[in-house]
Amino acid sequence: MIRVSNLSKYYGGKRALGPVSFEINDGETVGFLGLNGAGKTTALRILACDLRPSSGAIEIGGVDGITDPHEVKKRIGFLPENPPLYQDMTVLDYLGFAGELRGMSRAQVKRRLPDVLEITDLGDVSEDVIGTLSHGFRQRVGVAQAIIHQPKFLILDEPTRGLDPVQIVEMRNLIHDLKQNHTVLISSHILTEISQTCDRLLVLGKGKLLGSGSENELAASESEIRQITVTVRAPSGEDPRATIRKVLEAVSGVKSVADPYEQGGGLSYALSTTKDCRAEVSRAVVEAKLDLIQLAYSRSELENTFIRLVGGADASN
Amino acid sequence: MRAISIIYRRELGAYLRSPFAWVIAALCLLVDGILFQGYVMSGEQLSAIVLERFFYFSSGVSIGAGILLSFRLISEERQTHSLVLLNTSPVRDTEIVLGKFFAALTFLLVLLLLSFYMPLLIKVNGKITFMQVAVGYLGLWLIGAAALAIGLFASSLARNQLVAGVAALVMVILMVFLFPFAKKLDSPVREVLQEMDLWWIHFQTGFMRGVLNLKDVIYYVAVTYFFLLLAVKTLEAKRWQ
Repeated sequence: MIRVSNLSKYYGGKRALGPVSFEINDGETVGFLGLNGAGKTTALRILACDLRPSSGAIEIGGVDGITDPHEVKKRIGFLPENPPLYQDMTVLDYLGFAGELRGMSRAQVKRRLPDVLEITDLGDVSEDVIGTLSHGFRQRVGVAQAIIHQPKFLILDEPTRGLDPVQIVEMRNLIHDLKQNHTVLISSHILTEISQTCDRLLVLGKGKLLGSGSENELAASESEIRQITVTVRAPSGEDPRATIRKVLEAVSGVKSVADPYEQGGGLSYALSTTKDCRAEVSRAVVEAKLDLIQLAYSRSELENTFIRLVGGADASN
Repeated sequence: MRAISIIYRRELGAYLRSPFAWVIAALCLLVDGILFQGYVMSGEQLSAIVLERFFYFSSGVSIGAGILLSFRLISEERQTHSLVLLNTSPVRDTEIVLGKFFAALTFLLVLLLLSFYMPLLIKVNGKITFMQVAVGYLGLWLIGAAALAIGLFASSLARNQLVAGVAALVMVILMVFLFPFAKKLDSPVREVLQEMDLWWIHFQTGFMRGVLNLKDVIYYVAVTYFFLLLAVKTLEAKRWQ
């Protein structure tokens, strides 16, 4: 378990983080979500014992991270924003070095390497010099060094940064695999990435913890208006605008219905709602004998929540 | 000890793989050779004087090599972000500094030994003892070690390699010229500063002439220890910044 209490960090007189408190249970995959400069990297560096906090307490796997960082480091695998690679070494030599640094014997490293190369799909480039690898492979080598010693806790800072779409999908799959054996903490400012990978989110803004919970919990905690776009078509061929508006306005939770616009052979309506009422909207449309062509959030729910939370942080600072 | 050995092996491997390290080695040997041919072996002299001249020039080469081999050691890792691997591994800052220092010291030793043919040439044509040569080389190694430690400290201070290199050079120059500078001062400050000088007192009057003084050995070990300690403390302090 990771337990953080009133953690804060100042660079000179400038507060970069905190005070923040949170807990991460064993086996969880938690995402740190925040804009650039929100304090994500600072928080992760402190957890990885790369940086000392100005105040607060950290307990990782039952060990105090402030008084006994040496012991905590044995339990943690850390992939920083820029993978800590030696460009002149081959992948195998580098992973061997990283493993030995983490206290493994040469025999242990030798036994572990095939698994790590398989998990990270680095087998084909294992003899290559790191400096000659593509960005995607370097990122994988970064992950490999973080898991070589089979740490209980894995901290990944922006693991998909700079990757192309294919590499992002591959990295996401890799993180899914890692979730089976590690407690994972990931930071990102990309909403879709973090929502697809994590069980729970910690939203950071201007160094403060703005929200915590699953995507649905975060969305449910918000009472503000969501947007749903529904595209419908009347089978009769008559102008159904008045009927459709009446049907949509009658749905529980719909606060207002905007003027429609034509799209895909039907009429699209933007609905402002106070709750997630996609099911009710679709039911009402079908019961009114209208064809339902499309039903979607105009923006992702998480994105709305995120913008509201971060916007709140901006306003309070 | 284990972590020192792991870091030592990596760093030594990095030196052996790096063209930069071999360019430094080649440059040092070239300068040493030119000075040897142009100044050391010129004219008819007592072979002991010739050997003194050899160590006189070689001490400058050893100091220069020490700075060049060390100024990148930490600043480069900070610049390329690889220092994070060391910082987040269960390794103490002392082990990081010592691993790097001993690797550089080994490479410096190899570099110095490659110049061994020059005193051998003197021995072929004159009368010098093996002990004179051995003491001189010990002095070259110790003064080089002190320069390495100063360079390592400068490297721990700066993120930029160029800044680290210039800072190391300035520190070494200041320490070498403490002696002539101190001449202008009154006692007892003069004596204290002169004893702290990196070259004139401890190398020129001792090792260079084949005279082994324990105080000179202790001086270089102390300077090396002091700057390595500063490098360790700087690494520790950077975590708090």
